[in-house]
Amino acid sequence: MMKVLVPVKRVIDYNVKVRVKADGSGVDLANVKMSMNPFDEIAIEQAIRLKEAGQADEVIAVSIGVKQNQETLRTALAMGADRAILVVATDDVHTDIEPLAVAKILKAVIDEEQPGIVLAGKQAIDNDMNATGQMLAALTGWSQATFASELSIDGDSAIVTREVDGGLQSIKVSMPTIVTVDLRLNEPRYASLPNIMKAKKKPMDEKTTADYGVDTTPRLNIEATSEPETRAAGIKVASVDELVEKLKEAGAV
Amino acid sequence: MNVLLLAEVNGGALSVDSTAKALTAAKRIGDVTILCVGNGCSDAANAAAKLDGVSKVLCAQDEAYGHDMAEPVSDLIVSLSSSYSHILAPSTSASKNILPRVAALLDVMIISEVTAVIDADTFERPIYAGNAIQTLKSVDTIKVATIRTSTFDASGEGGSASVERIDAVANPGLSEWIEDRVAASDRPELTSAGVVVSGGRGVGSEDDFKIIEALADKLGAAVGASRAAVDSGYAPNDWQVGQTGKVVAPDLYVAVGISGAIQHLAGMKDSKIIVAINKDEEAPIFQVADFGLVADLFDAVPQLTEKLG
Repeated sequence: MMKVLVPVKRVIDYNVKVRVKADGSGVDLANVKMSMNPFDEIAIEQAIRLKEAGQADEVIAVSIGVKQNQETLRTALAMGADRAILVVATDDVHTDIEPLAVAKILKAVIDEEQPGIVLAGKQAIDNDMNATGQMLAALTGWSQATFASELSIDGDSAIVTREVDGGLQSIKVSMPTIVTVDLRLNEPRYASLPNIMKAKKKPMDEKTTADYGVDTTPRLNIEATSEPETRAAGIKVASVDELVEKLKEAGAV
Repeated sequence: MNVLLLAEVNGGALSVDSTAKALTAAKRIGDVTILCVGNGCSDAANAAAKLDGVSKVLCAQDEAYGHDMAEPVSDLIVSLSSSYSHILAPSTSASKNILPRVAALLDVMIISEVTAVIDADTFERPIYAGNAIQTLKSVDTIKVATIRTSTFDASGEGGSASVERIDAVANPGLSEWIEDRVAASDRPELTSAGVVVSGGRGVGSEDDFKIIEALADKLGAAVGASRAAVDSGYAPNDWQVGQTGKVVAPDLYVAVGISGAIQHLAGMKDSKIIVAINKDEEAPIFQVADFGLVADLFDAVPQLTEKLG
C-alpha cells in the first residue's frame, strides 16, 4: 500500500473576471473569490479513487503559499483527503511562489512522507506555467507522465494515457512516479455537508519554507503586468450571401 | 548569446512550421543551433539545416528519443547545456513535457509560452488564460523557455547549416512508450492550418458536428472546438482551441455556435480574420469578430458550405 501526495494551489476562482491593476503591478486579488485550482481538484479526485480502489491507503494534500491556503486544504479534506500539510511561504496574497521553489519544497515533503505517487494538476490557471510536476520529477529523479487522461497502476509500474498534440499517447512509467492530470481524467466530486464537517477535524500540519530550508526568491522578476491588446469588433452581416461577399472582398476565401 | 533550439520532430520528420516560428524568436536572441532528436533524425536534421539563419544542426539518434520521452531527452539536453545561454523550443505537448524537467535539472525556472522576446533576459507571456500579459526578466544563468508559435512568423528557407551527429546519453530507463493513438485525418494540422472552422456547445451533438466538418472540408480547413463542445463530448479533446487546448492564429477562423468565453478567445484571438455565426446576438464572440452573422447555425452553415463552392 502506498501514500498519495497531491499538491493543491489556491487560485482566483475559475468564474471570476480577472482585472489587471491600473499601475501595472499585477492582477487584483484583494476581495476576490479564491478556489482550488480546477486541475488540482481532478488530482485530488483521482487520489481518492485510488484509495477507494484499495491501491492507496492515505491521501495527503499539500499547499504552499499564504496562510489562507488552509481553506483550500479543507476543501481537499472535505473531498476525501486524509490529512493536509500547509507550507506558509509568504504573507502577501499577491506573491506567487514559482514552480521551481514549489517543486523544491515538495521534494522535501516527499523525502519525509515517502509517497508512492504524486498526482498534480497539469497547470495552475493563474500563472499557466505548466511546470511544477515536471520540475518535481527532475528533482526526485522519478519518472513523469504529464497531461494524463487515464491512469492504471499495476505493481511497480503505471500505464498512463496522455493528451498530446494530435491525439493520445500511452506510456508505461516506473513507480514511484509523478503524474500531472488533464481535464478528462475524471469529474471531481462535490464535498457533502457531513464531509465538510468531518474535514474540520482532520489533521493539518503547518510548516514554513524555513522548515524545509528552501529559498523561494524568484528567478523571474515581474517587470510589468498589462492588459492584453483588445481586438476591435468588426461588422455584422445580414445574410450568408453578404458574408460570402465580404470574405471574397477580404481575400479570405 | 548561443541558443539551443529543440526542434519539433514527429516520426522522424521535422515539423517545419512550429520549428521555423520558434527559430524566429531564437534568432532575436543570438546564434542558433538546432537540436533534432529521434529514432532516425537525418531527414529532420537536413530539413532544419535549410532553415534561414541556423548556424549548426545537432542530430542525436537513438531508440530512446523516438517518442519524445521526457527523461532521456532531458538528460541529453542537460549534457549539452554548458555551451548555451538559452534553451528554447516551440511550445508543443512534447516540449511542455520536456523543458520544465530540463530547467529543474539545471536549477533554473522555465519560462512557458513566450509571446514576445524583449531582450536576451526579458520576455512576455500570457497569464490567467490570456487575460493579462506579464513581462518577466530572468536572473537565471541559462534561460529555458517554450515559444508560443502563433505569435511569431515562420523563418524562411535558404540556409545551409552543417549537420553534426552527436552521441546519445545513457537512458535512465524510467519510462517506455507504448503507442500513439493519433486520429487519422486528411485535414491540415490544427495549429498550422491556414483556415480553421470551430464548433461550440451550440452545435448540440457529436452527430451535428458533421456540418462543421463539411464546411471545414469545403474550405480545406482544420476543425476546432470550444472547451464546452469537448466537455459535452461533441468533439475530441485534440480539437480543443483555447487556453487549455491549442492556440491557433490562422488567416481565417470561423467560430460556429461558440459564445466566446475568455478561455476560448485566448486560443484564437490572433487570427487574421474572424467570422462568428451565432444565434445569440449578445454573444461575446461578436466583440472580436470581423464579420458576425446572427443566425441559426443549422440554416447558415449548410448554406455557407454550398455557396463557397
